[in-house]
Amino acid sequence: MIVIPRSNHGTVLIAGATSSIARGVAAGFARRGYDLCLAGRDLDEVRRVASDIAVRHQVNVSAVRFEASDAASHAGVLERLMDEGSAELVGAVLCFGVLGEQSVAESDFPYAREIIAVNFMAAVALLTPLGTYFHARKRGFIGAIASVAGDRGRQSNYVYGAAKGGLAIFLQGMRQRLAKHGVSVTTIKPGFVDTKMTFGLPGMFLVARPEDVGEAIVAAVLKGRTVAYIPGFWKWIMLIIKSIPEHVFVKLKL
Amino acid sequence: MNGTLPPQQISGWGRYPTGTSQLARPEQVRGITDLVGAHRYVIARGLGRSYGDAAINEAGVTLLLERFNRFLSFDSATGMVRCEAGVTIADLLTHFLPRGFFPPVTPGTRFVTLGGALAADVHGKNHHKDGSFSRHVEEFNLLTAEGGILRCSRQENADVFWATMGGMGLTGIVTEISFRMKRVESAYVSVDYDQAPNLDAALALFENSDQGYTHSVAWIDCLARGRNLGRSVLMRGNWATPSKLHRRQAENPHALPPARGLGVPFDAPRFLLNPASVRLFNSAFYHRHRTRHDVVVPYEPFFYPLDKIRHWNRLYGNRGFLQYQCVLPLGSSRDGMIRMLELLSSEGHASFLAVLKRFGETEGEQLLSFPRPGYTLAVDLPRNGERQDRLLKELDQVVLKAGGRVYLAKDARLSSESFQAMYPELPRWLAIKRRVDPNRRFTSSLSRRLGLDG
Repeated sequence: MIVIPRSNHGTVLIAGATSSIARGVAAGFARRGYDLCLAGRDLDEVRRVASDIAVRHQVNVSAVRFEASDAASHAGVLERLMDEGSAELVGAVLCFGVLGEQSVAESDFPYAREIIAVNFMAAVALLTPLGTYFHARKRGFIGAIASVAGDRGRQSNYVYGAAKGGLAIFLQGMRQRLAKHGVSVTTIKPGFVDTKMTFGLPGMFLVARPEDVGEAIVAAVLKGRTVAYIPGFWKWIMLIIKSIPEHVFVKLKL
Repeated sequence: MNGTLPPQQISGWGRYPTGTSQLARPEQVRGITDLVGAHRYVIARGLGRSYGDAAINEAGVTLLLERFNRFLSFDSATGMVRCEAGVTIADLLTHFLPRGFFPPVTPGTRFVTLGGALAADVHGKNHHKDGSFSRHVEEFNLLTAEGGILRCSRQENADVFWATMGGMGLTGIVTEISFRMKRVESAYVSVDYDQAPNLDAALALFENSDQGYTHSVAWIDCLARGRNLGRSVLMRGNWATPSKLHRRQAENPHALPPARGLGVPFDAPRFLLNPASVRLFNSAFYHRHRTRHDVVVPYEPFFYPLDKIRHWNRLYGNRGFLQYQCVLPLGSSRDGMIRMLELLSSEGHASFLAVLKRFGETEGEQLLSFPRPGYTLAVDLPRNGERQDRLLKELDQVVLKAGGRVYLAKDARLSSESFQAMYPELPRWLAIKRRVDPNRRFTSSLSRRLGLDG
C-alpha cells in the first residue's frame, strides 16, 4: 500500500456517490487535490467508487453508508459520516436523487412519497446539520443537485419536479442565511445528462456527458456560484419555458 | 426491463455488418447479473473496436460495459492493477504513464476495454518479446450463465481461464481483471526505420534483428508488384532512456505535451479511396520513410497513429470496410505472403493500411487466441462487392493451405467451415463452453456465424 500524504485542501463530502454524475464530481475534486468522503446507500458500490478515485487521482478517499430514503436514519447522520470518515470537511455536494415513473407516481401516493422522501426530505435531513456545521466554522461550500424539472411543473415529471423545486427553494433560503457567514450554497440544475437515470428514455436532446457535468459542478461550487445551470445554455432554455403563460402552457404537450 | 433499449442497429468498427440488438448499459456487477438473468441471449461489448460482428447480438441483448470501469487497486511496487472490465487502455495511459507504467500489451488503438482485450487476447508491437495480453493476466472473475462468479487463474479453473482468453466473450462476462503493468523509462520510443525494397528483404530484417527491439512492426505496400512486391518500411524501437531525450523532455520523461486530435465529421465519398489514390499514398509513404536510426518519437504516434483521427472509420464511406488479418506459420510464411500479395496487388484492391509483423512464441494453453509463431498480415479494404468477396475467399484458401488462421476480432465474413479448419483446438474449447454455458446464453452474431455457440 502506498502512503499518500494528506492533502492540504481538506475533505469534501459527496452524498449519493455512486451515480455517474457523482463520480464526475468526485473526480473533479480529486483532480484538484481534495480528499474525499463518499457516502451512499450501497456500501460495497461506494467502496468501489472510492478505490477508483483513489487509484486514479492518488488522494485519500473514505467510504461510508448513507441511506437517503430512510428518514429515520437521518438523525445525527453528519456526525456518523464524519466519525466514520474521520475527516474535517471543507465542503459537501449532494448528488442523490431518484426520477421514478411519473405515470405511477400520479396515482400512487406511497410511490410519490418515496420520490419526495429521497429527492427532498433526505436532502433536508443532510443539509440541516451541514448548515450548522459550516455556519459554526464560518467557511465552507455546499452544493446540491436540483433539476431543471424543478423550474416549472410539467405533466411528464411533476412529482420529481416538485421535490427538486422544493429543494431549490430550501437552498435559496439557506444561501441567504449562510452567505453572511462565509458559506456558499450552490443550486445545481443539470439539463439532460447521459446517465443510468436517462438511458433509453425517449425525447432526450442536447445530452451532456456525466464526467463533463461533474467537472462543471465542481467549478461552479468552488466559485461559490448561486445557481448553476449545467451545461449553461439550459439557463436560456428554461427562461423561455418559464416565460410561457400558464394558459398557453396547459395546452402544450411539453 | 428498465434501462434496456429496444432493438437498435449497431455495428463494429468496420461498420459492416450491422445488426439489430437490444442494448443495456449496466454500471455495477448487480446490474450485469440482473440483465444476464433477464435475457435469453447475452453478449458483452466494450468500446466496439472489434471490426465485425463480435460485439453484436442479434435476437438478444448487447451489454455496453463502458460505464463498468472502476479501478479497484494498484500496487506501484509490482505494477499490479485490479479493475473492472470496462476500464480502457486509454485510462491506463492517462493515470499510470505519468507514474512510469505502460500497459503490458496494447493493440493499435488505446480505445479498447480490458474486457475486450482479454476476450480477443490482443497483441501489440511487442508480441515477439512479451506475447499477447493473456500472458500478463494474473486472474479474472467470470460471471457465468447461472449468475455465479467464477475466479479464474492459471491455478484455479485453469481450463476456463484459457478458454476465456481469446474466447470472444462467449464463456461469460469478465467482471474484474488483475494484470501487471510494465515499467518504462520514458513516454518516448527510440525508433529505427528501415526500408525493405521487397518482401524477402523485409523478412530478412525481421529474422535477423527483431530480437534487438521491444517493439516491431512494418508498414507494407500491398499494391507494389514485381520486384517491388511486399516492399515495406520496418518501424522498430525501444523505450527511450532519458539520456536520449531533449532537455525539455527529460525534465518530465513520462509526460507528453498535450496534442490536439482531429475528427472525421462525416462519411467520406466513395471516390476518395480508389486504387490510384491509394497507390499514390503508398508510394509517397514508402519514399518518405528513408532508412533512419535512433529517431526519438512520442509514444502516441508510434503506438496509436490513427487515434489522433476520431472516427477514421468514416473515411471508408457508409458501406464500411473490412479488415483481413491472418497469421501464417513460420515455415509457410514466405510463400503464403507472396501469394497473398500477388492476389491483392494484381486486383488493385485499395488498401493503404497494411501491416506486417513477426509474432513470437506463445506460452500457455490458449485455445482460440489468434497469435502463433510466424508472420501476421493485416489489410484494410473498403467494402466493395462480390469481386472482393471472391478475393477474400481466395485469401482464406491461401491461409488454410499454409496452416494459418484469421483473427476473429477483425473478421466479419469468414465461413464456419474455414474457421473450424483454422482453429484445431475448437473441439476442446467447445467442450468447456458447453460445460460453463450449457444453455448457450452467451452468444453473438459472430458466434452464430462461426458455430461457436456450443
